[in-house]
Amino acid sequence: MALLDVNNLSISFGGLRAVDNFNITINKGELYGLIGPNGAGKTTVFNLLTGVYKPNEGIIRLDGEDITRKSTIEINHAGIARTFQNIRLFKNMSVIDNVKVGLSERFKYSALEGILHVGRYFSVEKEMDAEASKLLKVFDLDGERDILAANLPYGKQRKLEIARAMATNPKLLLLDEPAAGMNPNETKELMDTIALVRREFDMTILLIEHDMKLVSGICERLTVLNFGRVLCQGETKEVLSNPEVITAYLGE
Amino acid sequence: MSFLTYLINGLSLGSIYAIIALGYTMVYGIAKMLNFAHGDFIMVGCYIIFSVSAALSGNSVIGIIVAVVLCTILGVTTEFVAYRPLRGAASPLAVLITAIGVSYLLENIALLIYGADIKSFSSVITWEGVSFAGGQLKIQGVTIVTILVSVVILIALQLFINKTKQGQAMLAASEDKGAAALMGINVNRTIALTFAIGSSLAAVAGALLCSAYPSLSPYTGAMPGIKAFVAAVLGGIGSIPGAMIGGMVLGIVEILSKTYISSQLSDAIVFGILVVVLLVKPTGILGRQMVEKV
Repeated sequence: MALLDVNNLSISFGGLRAVDNFNITINKGELYGLIGPNGAGKTTVFNLLTGVYKPNEGIIRLDGEDITRKSTIEINHAGIARTFQNIRLFKNMSVIDNVKVGLSERFKYSALEGILHVGRYFSVEKEMDAEASKLLKVFDLDGERDILAANLPYGKQRKLEIARAMATNPKLLLLDEPAAGMNPNETKELMDTIALVRREFDMTILLIEHDMKLVSGICERLTVLNFGRVLCQGETKEVLSNPEVITAYLGE
Repeated sequence: MSFLTYLINGLSLGSIYAIIALGYTMVYGIAKMLNFAHGDFIMVGCYIIFSVSAALSGNSVIGIIVAVVLCTILGVTTEFVAYRPLRGAASPLAVLITAIGVSYLLENIALLIYGADIKSFSSVITWEGVSFAGGQLKIQGVTIVTILVSVVILIALQLFINKTKQGQAMLAASEDKGAAALMGINVNRTIALTFAIGSSLAAVAGALLCSAYPSLSPYTGAMPGIKAFVAAVLGGIGSIPGAMIGGMVLGIVEILSKTYISSQLSDAIVFGILVVVLLVKPTGILGRQMVEKV
């Protein structure tokens, strides 16, 4: 059954149709790639899926539930988490605190209990700490738990962003150009991390990427966007050998 | 000995500024707005204590509790009605002007209800205080209580911000509201909580302020509000320890310059220090240097 089902999604900014009649169906457990030249509307699609932008037309269904007009927060609670093209960690917070922010909505105690340090405060904080530590261990970040996110090396910042997204317990993980700015070694490590997320959490992933080696190496199916429209979609191999796709990427 | 007395009085006044400045700095740090009505929340708190104490023939403890609760509600309501709708506004000036509007609104409502005459406020702290060195050094009860209360508030706030999930959500929202929302953090609720804490602190500050300087008018909150704002900027706006340090520095400078230089010039000296500090260190004493990466 389809985990994510998007139908006829469109949005215009002024006169520009940034995303036009976008369709995608992603199955549970799939690793799906969204590619296309710069300015094709890939990040706009992510912003539509996460409720940052509201579409002019179309329907987004997650696990059968219509999430089209929901707020960012509700969509996160419904089960979509994401990372960002330009890393948006909470840089002045420690590594573990970044993960705890991701956990925050799943663990409940009132602000009054927090202020007074009574009631559920200690037990719930302890559970959160245990859960965050577990996640850091999975991502091999437990050695850096108390350092500031800003002081992590680049590759680990990307990793922490994925860990923080996973902390919200998503059904679908959106990765926005996770390999941007990485050297080949870091890219290889990223591929391992993505494989790890799939293995450990049985996660469905949609990723935007420019690095063709990464895309062809790990994605099962692809959608190619060009000027806001779907140019082509299907199995990775077929899509990448499609002459239209090659033209769009390399020019005439 | 008298110098020591003045110093302690300065610390006490500084503690009041610090408690008010904490409200300014938290709201600024998290909502990125200056709530210029914050000083008037103090005045509202004072009138509530005044009225409740009068109605209950002098029971000020209940007065303080009622003031804290009502000021919290006032802060959250103001945020919801006046500031939240403007959060997405094109210019940050819109919400600033609204805050000034709320400030005048509160002052004029107080004027309407209580009139312009100055009410004499009976101190909520009845403790006489202590004497040292055979009566040469006398510290009033209200002075000691004020300093202690401010230290307790500072510690509690630091613990709250750094050790609770709500506090962490505040830090996250202050860094990047968009990313926080995408991680499922309810940013509106987080900002409302910030206003709730800031306004409840304003009520506490009001109780202490009017106990130390027992005259109450609709404009009681205005000047301390501005000075606390100066304290917050001096310490580094957005920084909680900064607000504390800024408040203390301001209180001590004000009392010492009143005593040794001139009571007319003390405010000029206070604001002069602000100008000098901002020239030397624009982000304030503890403010972080913001470096935009390009």
